[in-house]
Amino acid sequence: MRETEAIANARREVEVCNACRYCEGFCAVFPALELRREFSAGDLSYLANLCHNCRGCYYACQYAPPHEWGINIPRTMAEVRAESYEQYAWPAGAARAFEKNGTLIGLAIAVSIALVLILSMAISAPGAFFVARPVEPGAFYSVIPLWAMQIVAIASFGYALVALWMGARNFWRDAGPKGKTGIKALGFAAWDVLTLKNLGGGGNGCNDNSEAFSMRRRYLHHAMFYGFMLCFAATTVGFFYHTVFDWAAPYPLLSVPVMLGTVGGILLLIGTVGLFSMKLVDDPLPNARRMLAGDVALLLLLAFAALTGLVLLAVRASGAMPFALAVHLGFILALFVVLPYSKMVHGVYRSAALLRRAAERNMKPLGGE
Amino acid sequence: MPDRSQTYDVIVAGGGNAALCAAITARQAGASVLLMESAPRAFRGGNSRHTRNLRAMHDKPNEVLTDAYHEDEYWDDLLRVTGGNTDESLARMTIRASSGVFGWMRDCGVRFQPSLTGTLNLGRTNAFFLGGGKALVNAYYLTAEKLGVDVLYDTEVIALNMDDGAVRSVDITYRGFPETVHARCVVASAGGFQANLDWMRKYWGDAVDNFVIRGTPYNRGRVLKNLLDQGVAAIGDPTQCHAVALDARAPKFDGGITTRLDSVPYSVVVNQHGDRFYDEGEDVWPKRYAIWGRLIAQQPDQIAYSICDAKAFPLFMPSVYPAIKADTIEELAVKMKLDPGKVSETIAGFNKAVKPGQVFDNLKLDGNATEGLTPNKTNWARSVDKPPFYGYPLRPGITFTYLGVRVNDKAQVLMENGQLAANLFASGEIMAGNILGRGYLAGFGMTIGTVFGRIAGQEAARHARN
Repeated sequence: MRETEAIANARREVEVCNACRYCEGFCAVFPALELRREFSAGDLSYLANLCHNCRGCYYACQYAPPHEWGINIPRTMAEVRAESYEQYAWPAGAARAFEKNGTLIGLAIAVSIALVLILSMAISAPGAFFVARPVEPGAFYSVIPLWAMQIVAIASFGYALVALWMGARNFWRDAGPKGKTGIKALGFAAWDVLTLKNLGGGGNGCNDNSEAFSMRRRYLHHAMFYGFMLCFAATTVGFFYHTVFDWAAPYPLLSVPVMLGTVGGILLLIGTVGLFSMKLVDDPLPNARRMLAGDVALLLLLAFAALTGLVLLAVRASGAMPFALAVHLGFILALFVVLPYSKMVHGVYRSAALLRRAAERNMKPLGGE
Repeated sequence: MPDRSQTYDVIVAGGGNAALCAAITARQAGASVLLMESAPRAFRGGNSRHTRNLRAMHDKPNEVLTDAYHEDEYWDDLLRVTGGNTDESLARMTIRASSGVFGWMRDCGVRFQPSLTGTLNLGRTNAFFLGGGKALVNAYYLTAEKLGVDVLYDTEVIALNMDDGAVRSVDITYRGFPETVHARCVVASAGGFQANLDWMRKYWGDAVDNFVIRGTPYNRGRVLKNLLDQGVAAIGDPTQCHAVALDARAPKFDGGITTRLDSVPYSVVVNQHGDRFYDEGEDVWPKRYAIWGRLIAQQPDQIAYSICDAKAFPLFMPSVYPAIKADTIEELAVKMKLDPGKVSETIAGFNKAVKPGQVFDNLKLDGNATEGLTPNKTNWARSVDKPPFYGYPLRPGITFTYLGVRVNDKAQVLMENGQLAANLFASGEIMAGNILGRGYLAGFGMTIGTVFGRIAGQEAARHARN
């Protein structure tokens, strides 16, 4: 990480935290910062990505604004995170994608939908696009050929995976642990990722927009995350059905891919819409404004990907199916394209930060007894 | 917006832990309650917002406390720090009641956490609030509001107008404008007077200009003074306050915990003239922490400088301010605006006087001492010789004052003539001097505030409805 104003401010603030330590029961950030007295830019990036933005520490802080020290860890960490997303982006030039992230995601959605729609209409016989087809194997491929779907999906998703991996490598080099990371640490970190243990102020929940605690954000994030994973599982099962057993989509309502996708889509929709509506009533003080547009854009993208998937299921026997399919795949394409240049990267860096925390779990805090 | 023209059952003057405990308890007992906090909402909670734990008796381990802390040990600890300046029956009642507060606190939304790192082995005796005192205060305000306690911020109680031992009306300033409100009973929980520098000046002279007030600037002692002026019985030495050594760069008010400095036992401490003035290694820091404020207050310009070397630097918790750092003692002295010749002479003399001793052990009185100095350092004395050298400027930091109003075991205020005030109760720092007349016991102020706050609320509600 470069030495920036955000880094300097984060360093000033964590030095106050290190002399106070009242918040160490809230999450992993505070025990992690107590392990050192001097903070490199990489250390601060690590702490920033370890922060889950639950805001417990902000409302509990005796030095929060309007105190003259103005300690605001959630906002400060979010600002460092925003910079870290730019600096670890791969390739390096892609850092700019995070500057106007909301606009970029909006554009990606518009272009992807237009592209899929136009191309699928263009290859369809004149007048045949809006005609109902029987729900039987291969129906989708009469709208968009299988090879086109496969090429585009593998290329865009494959690229996203490579870019995310390279970003993770950049993070690890800059903000990873000095010592070794054992297999045990991996287990601890995975548990923290899957349970969102740190998104919960020591077990009481987040401060959504006031001093009151609630589990809403954690549960909504769970709905979103596990919904997303179920959708992903649905796609994977479908892929195996097709390649191994030669069963072509669409599948019956009670088939594994459709059930996984339906439950996943509903959960994803609940999670994203819930989180979006919470943004509307957020306390602006502990938040970083520059993150807002990108956050909202990604939530909406995920929500529409889920919604259009459910709509497709509902209308697949009607003449609206080709249109619904094209729009749904347009959202999915946009999602794959922006994946490494969106808030999605937080999952990678935060998991990596949790891994470092797990690797350092037995280090002793400085000072004290 | 509360209707301020109504006659409330209970008015609570103050907005910290004791005031909140009184207000919530009174409301739970069915009383209508108005709580007035002189600070704006962002700074609500008095000194409680800077606290972090509560000392509690317990006979066996529970979710927050390890081992056991029995009544007699608790009482012995209190007796030792106060030197007998306490009231045994009130103290023992408070100690016993401290074991029963957790359930109620939890119901009010207060959460606990394992004891913090660097907290001087308090895990057995003290229950730590998750997120500290401000989080506790937040939980209490949420509960109070949910229960229907009327809360006014920016509202200072100016006078409790007493007549024949009863409060008839309450003069306040509401957002700067004077008003009068009425209640059947009043609970005074408005703290001590340590933030009132003019009052402090009466006892300390202009030295107060160099004092740092660790907590809220809103504890001006207005209610306390008003009551004492009306014949309420006083308790506690008005000239005394709890004073510790703080980083001199601390803000005048509200610096809280982060400005304290634990470097003294591992340092050489000199005054402005570069002279040592007290045994830095007299005892473990928790036991000596509270005498250094007074020691520094007695030095010229109320300032001192703690100097250590690279060996000692990692042994104590960092203060929020970076240490002043230099490669030689002379350079360090110059950076601290001290006479370099004098300081290096003091350090050289100190180094020469260090007796070759036992193994250095920062966890106990290790007996490593100097010989032939006035004063000697009697523990942890090691040559200050390994660069870089570190220095911190120190000032007296005032935590609280001891002067208060006398109360009985029902938190009812006593008059000078020995009678009970008819409808006036007190809880928190304003009456803590009844039990903690001297010294300091970590987390005991919160215990007194919680126990007496609940009693005051209960009694005031009962009294108002009779």
